Amino acid sequence: MKARRQVRRLTNVAALCLSLAATLVGLACLGAIVWTLVARGVSGMSLQIFTQMTPAPGSSGGLLNAIYGSVVMTLLGIFIGAPLGILAGTYLAEYGRDTRLANLVRFVNDVLLSAPSIIIGLFVYEVLVVPMHHFSAIAGAVALAIIAIPVTVRTTEDMLRLVPQGMKDASTALGAYPWRTITSVIYPAARSGVVTGLLLAIARISGETAPLLFTALNNQFWSKNLNAPMANLPVIIFQFALSPYKDWQHLAWAGALLITLTILTLSILARFIIAVLPGGTAQR
Amino acid sequence: MPVANAKHAGRQRSGEFFFRTATLSAAILVLGLLGGVALALLIGAWPAFSHFKLGFLTHELWNPVTDEFGALAAIYGTLMTALIAMLLAVPVGFGVAVFLTELCPRGLRRPVGVAIELLAAIPSIIFGIWGLFVLAPILQKYLQPWLIAHIGPLPGIGHLFQGPPFGIGVLSAGLVLAIMVLPFIAAVMRDVFETVPDVLKESGYGLGATTWEVIWQVVVPYSRVGMVGGIMLGLGRALGETMAVTFVIGNAHRVSASLLAPGTTISASIANEFTEAVGTLYTSSLIALGVLLFFITLTVIAAARLMLLRLERRALSAL
Repeated sequence: MKARRQVRRLTNVAALCLSLAATLVGLACLGAIVWTLVARGVSGMSLQIFTQMTPAPGSSGGLLNAIYGSVVMTLLGIFIGAPLGILAGTYLAEYGRDTRLANLVRFVNDVLLSAPSIIIGLFVYEVLVVPMHHFSAIAGAVALAIIAIPVTVRTTEDMLRLVPQGMKDASTALGAYPWRTITSVIYPAARSGVVTGLLLAIARISGETAPLLFTALNNQFWSKNLNAPMANLPVIIFQFALSPYKDWQHLAWAGALLITLTILTLSILARFIIAVLPGGTAQR
Repeated sequence: MPVANAKHAGRQRSGEFFFRTATLSAAILVLGLLGGVALALLIGAWPAFSHFKLGFLTHELWNPVTDEFGALAAIYGTLMTALIAMLLAVPVGFGVAVFLTELCPRGLRRPVGVAIELLAAIPSIIFGIWGLFVLAPILQKYLQPWLIAHIGPLPGIGHLFQGPPFGIGVLSAGLVLAIMVLPFIAAVMRDVFETVPDVLKESGYGLGATTWEVIWQVVVPYSRVGMVGGIMLGLGRALGETMAVTFVIGNAHRVSASLLAPGTTISASIANEFTEAVGTLYTSSLIALGVLLFFITLTVIAAARLMLLRLERRALSAL
């Protein structure tokens, strides 16, 4: 009896120590990544990054055209994807609810949410790049939009569902049609939640590389033409990191740090909004 | 003003019609997207499938010069790297989730939890360049020589760890993937563990069970469905991941006995070769690889989502 108790206690201690060790190992690996990123990224960081174009091999330069391209395509992607995502999310939360169609859309949306992004790139290549006969910033933005849509659908639905039923009932009792209730009561009440979802969607697509590889491609030069290949940070990082040139590798690390900082800022901002702003707390 | 009221009511009614139609169309667009992706890829892959037939799945040879393409090496690489990643990430992720829900001091719970969630948001290309510049040299210098010297001679599994230490290869790609999906798996498992009602755990403790016994015999059985769902979502990510793998896999279209040798995965082949592919058959074969990846991940993700859905229903009915 006593021996058995001893075994149980030892098993317990051993298992809990392993769990602690797992956490430490996990955090150490991830800490190592962040550390390398900061150490190498900061040393590659300079004002040049924001003022000069991507250089030819062996010479110094910056990332201005890539930063511009990334911002343009990410924003364009959100402008295309967000309205569609918000509308579909509204349908799921307010009109469809538990109908068969709504459940199917919800399931398909969840699948799209975790589908490999390179597949989306191939899809856009087939439907936009092939018919247009050339790579373009538009194709890149559409690919990013397709990745942003499921994220927005999901967060919009979740946030709209948090609006108290009483508010909706009050509006209906005043004789408002559902669309008036949705646009004048539910949307304002859920605003901070929906904005949070948009921030998360932006964070998600601004680091995507695979879908841009064969849609927006890349561009060594400054280009504002949406109908032509456009430089962007992720693809530049991919190309420069795999190159044998030291200058290019430094730029790749600086770009990597830049992207990560942007994404972390957006994610933290999203958490902050949901926790602090009125409307965010009211929904809890 | 009856006329104005009628006008107003008419405007409201048509507004309702337009808004409803708009939301419904957006919802149907989401449905159409998935179907559209499948259709477009199948059409793009048709030349390759009709030319190579089933041989596409079973041939290892991938030769752009002679226009001969087989997907075996890429399929093997995809499955193998994902398997290695899951073998490493699942136990560690489980440990992290146990730590966060049962062991962690209350004050630390939120910061550590948030840190892990934020790490899950880091884009995969970051893991890729870190793998290439930091992890691969370390593996080449320390871990791989050790594996070759100590596990290589063993019968049975030894052949997996033989040959020269390249640094990059199937094993390295699996490791990078493991580190990448770890925060994700840990976060999902923690969320699932938190759904276990306190009453159940307290009953366990009341019977005199140790913390570990409560975890293993109460928490784990209760959250089994959710855990498996979370693991499969992680698996879906590992299978379809592109950038983290492309940097460290070596891009060699062959099936090697050793895990230390360079290989390729479906997504890495597409990322590396697509823009340089010349000729219909080459491009089409790469898209055909995409079709395979699409259906492999689709199955895994759909199964995972169905399991998680079942869990949600159960949670609702328990309320």
